[in-house]
Amino acid sequence: MARMNMIEAIRDAMDIKMTQDSNVLVFGEDVGYFGGVFRATAGLQEKHGLHRCFDTPISEGGIVGIAIGMAANGLRPVAEIQFADYIYPGYDQIASEAARLRYRSNGEFSAPLTIRTPVGGGIYGGTTHSQSPEALFTHIAGLKTVIPSNPYDAKGMLITAIEDNDPVLFLEPKRLYNGPFYGDPHIPSVSWAKHELGEVPEGHYKVPFESVRKINEGSDLTILAYGTMVWVAEAAAKEAGVNADILDLRSLLPLDIEAISESVKKTGRCLILHEATRTSGFGAELSAQVAEACFFSLEAPIVRVTGWDTPYPHAQEWAYFPGPKRVMNGIRKVMGDS
Amino acid sequence: MTKKSNQSRLYVPEPPFRPGDTPDYSHISVPADHSPPRPDPLCDDHETVEHATSLIRVLRFNGEAVGDWAPSLTADQKRKGLRDMMMTRAMDDRMFNMQRQGKMSFYMKSRGEEAVSVAHSMALRKDDMTFPTYRQQGILINRGASIKEMMCQCLSNAGDRLQGKSIPVLYSFRDFGFFSVSGNLGTQMIQAVGWGMAEAYKDSDGIASAFTGEGATAEGDFHYALNFASTYRAPVILNVVNNQWAISSFQGIAAGEGETFAARGSGFGLATLRVDGNDFLAVYAATEWAAERARKGGGATLIEHFTYRKEGHSTSDDPTKYRPENEPEVWPFGDPIDRLKTHLIQSGEWDEERHVAQEEECKVEIRQIYKEAEKMGTLSSATNVNDFTMFEQVYEELPGHLQAQIEAFKEEL
Ligand SMILES: Cc1ncc(C[n+]2csc(CCOP(=O)(O)OP(=O)(O)O)c2C)c(N)n1
Repeated sequence: MARMNMIEAIRDAMDIKMTQDSNVLVFGEDVGYFGGVFRATAGLQEKHGLHRCFDTPISEGGIVGIAIGMAANGLRPVAEIQFADYIYPGYDQIASEAARLRYRSNGEFSAPLTIRTPVGGGIYGGTTHSQSPEALFTHIAGLKTVIPSNPYDAKGMLITAIEDNDPVLFLEPKRLYNGPFYGDPHIPSVSWAKHELGEVPEGHYKVPFESVRKINEGSDLTILAYGTMVWVAEAAAKEAGVNADILDLRSLLPLDIEAISESVKKTGRCLILHEATRTSGFGAELSAQVAEACFFSLEAPIVRVTGWDTPYPHAQEWAYFPGPKRVMNGIRKVMGDS
Repeated sequence: MTKKSNQSRLYVPEPPFRPGDTPDYSHISVPADHSPPRPDPLCDDHETVEHATSLIRVLRFNGEAVGDWAPSLTADQKRKGLRDMMMTRAMDDRMFNMQRQGKMSFYMKSRGEEAVSVAHSMALRKDDMTFPTYRQQGILINRGASIKEMMCQCLSNAGDRLQGKSIPVLYSFRDFGFFSVSGNLGTQMIQAVGWGMAEAYKDSDGIASAFTGEGATAEGDFHYALNFASTYRAPVILNVVNNQWAISSFQGIAAGEGETFAARGSGFGLATLRVDGNDFLAVYAATEWAAERARKGGGATLIEHFTYRKEGHSTSDDPTKYRPENEPEVWPFGDPIDRLKTHLIQSGEWDEERHVAQEEECKVEIRQIYKEAEKMGTLSSATNVNDFTMFEQVYEELPGHLQAQIEAFKEEL
């Protein structure tokens, strides 16, 4: 076991795969010599060589495009998009090409590539460094979209992603890189070094995608969360004094609906959290699936707590962020206390 | 373009001729024998700047092959090229007619552009991966893919290797170095660069060759491809097939009025060639040059194939609605099949009777293959494709939600 923050865990996953498999290449903007703006690839070029870890032009469409060609030609590219806010120029290559190649060629070609990108707010990044665009990707058949919430999962899930034979979008909640974040910016942050999930096994291990992680076993309600909101859920439930089943989804597509419905059928109440904007957010999909699977077990309407339907503001960061207060309101609502 | 006033006015380019006009292309100079010289394939890219604005030609209209680009092909190779072009045309004609009879949803011909695909393919190695558009079916025919399988793909029937997942002509033939054709224009240029980078990474001497129409060069992906190909000296050939028309839009709409498409490469430090796309030998020579350059580590070449789309864009449009009906005939670069035929006859390696006989032979052969293909189903009768296969190959393994949807679909039956 080693103590790692989330960046180190992600780097370790790439390092291990690069060591094991010469087909694994890592590239993106400022990824090579410098090691990435969040340092996720620091040292990889020095260790594995210029050919294995290198800088690309500032061209997200180009980055995804070459990754597809490489993946189809037998390599295992791991491409970094510097911020998820800048993934849109690559959207066409992801949606129309990477996710479709296997289907349209009936399996003759495929694109086993991994796209890593930091998501979410909490770092005063404003409109262009805070977005959570997961719902724009979970709507794409042929793509997998996953999001870890801690170093242990990040490493195991990234290894799973790199070894997966389909394209995987690997979202990294950037507010969690250094430590868990409970939603209140005024409380000094703790580091992963002090948290048990900062304990990361050395060497190769995998965390399967379709496997929700239960943080707390409770009977009052089920809270569905992913990424940063997992930690906010934990803090808010504690403060609200409820005993909740808190599920960290890990993978949005594919989704472990079995585990989700098992929990909701037990508790009869469901609260859904995400940082992304509300309308047509992934919470809408979760809400629909829970309603379809568990309607007759529900004792209260499903409640969603999300970011507002605005661009991510700068000065109003904490007014936008669905912090503990908003989550607690949601808990009260789903518990029928308000 | 000369400035007409000192005030900016919105300029919207229009083609020189529209329906009802008498097209006159005498202003387009058809260079007779002043092709730019053939530099060493490993030359500095600047030595090809001139090649981006002139036109590489080998075949004169009288059939003579002239200049230092003239490739050393045997008579057998040229006759094979001729036959492959004729087969491509015969197949296009047959499939077009069958679409008209409702046997398939759609078809796209490559008439007038057969040299671009066939000669290009012939100058590559069979294991070089091509990233074609929907108008390079000649590559498959040249490389010996099964014409019956191609037809079955168009018919989406039981013989379709893609099991009905793609619309007609969006073939995928990995074993014949033919990448799955995307319906999204332009996207594959940059993928070809990635493929080429992977070849170089693996220390293989394989190369990739990608195609786009001139219209789709306006997509960002084209720019990505040029940029990455240059940055990483990728072993690729980037082909722009300038057939003058993108559905109903003339090439000026893609900013082709003032500059050639080949010239786009110069700013990126790529080698650039502009070639008479109706000249089989010139296309072969340009491709051979670019392939050697890529294989030996010289990096990418942008080739503009200057040609003309002789028929409609697809079965869905009527070209007489947007261009003069006789424009294809008056286009001054002739027909690629006629020009190679004239050359072969002129050099005593072919004659008129054999040509006529071969034309008939191709027609009959295609008709027979089509008959066999049609027996496996058509879109208008029954495709014989199992509906449940639509759930396959979305992912390598069937995820839970798709399994549930299969169950739901069963209830509809
Ligand atoms: C991204 C995208 N936009 C639009 C279309 C619709 N479309 C199909 S073919 C075509 C014209 C393409 O012209 P060009 O690139 O010149 O190729 P050509 O058909 O002449 O070979 C258009 C607009 C498409 N398939 N993909």
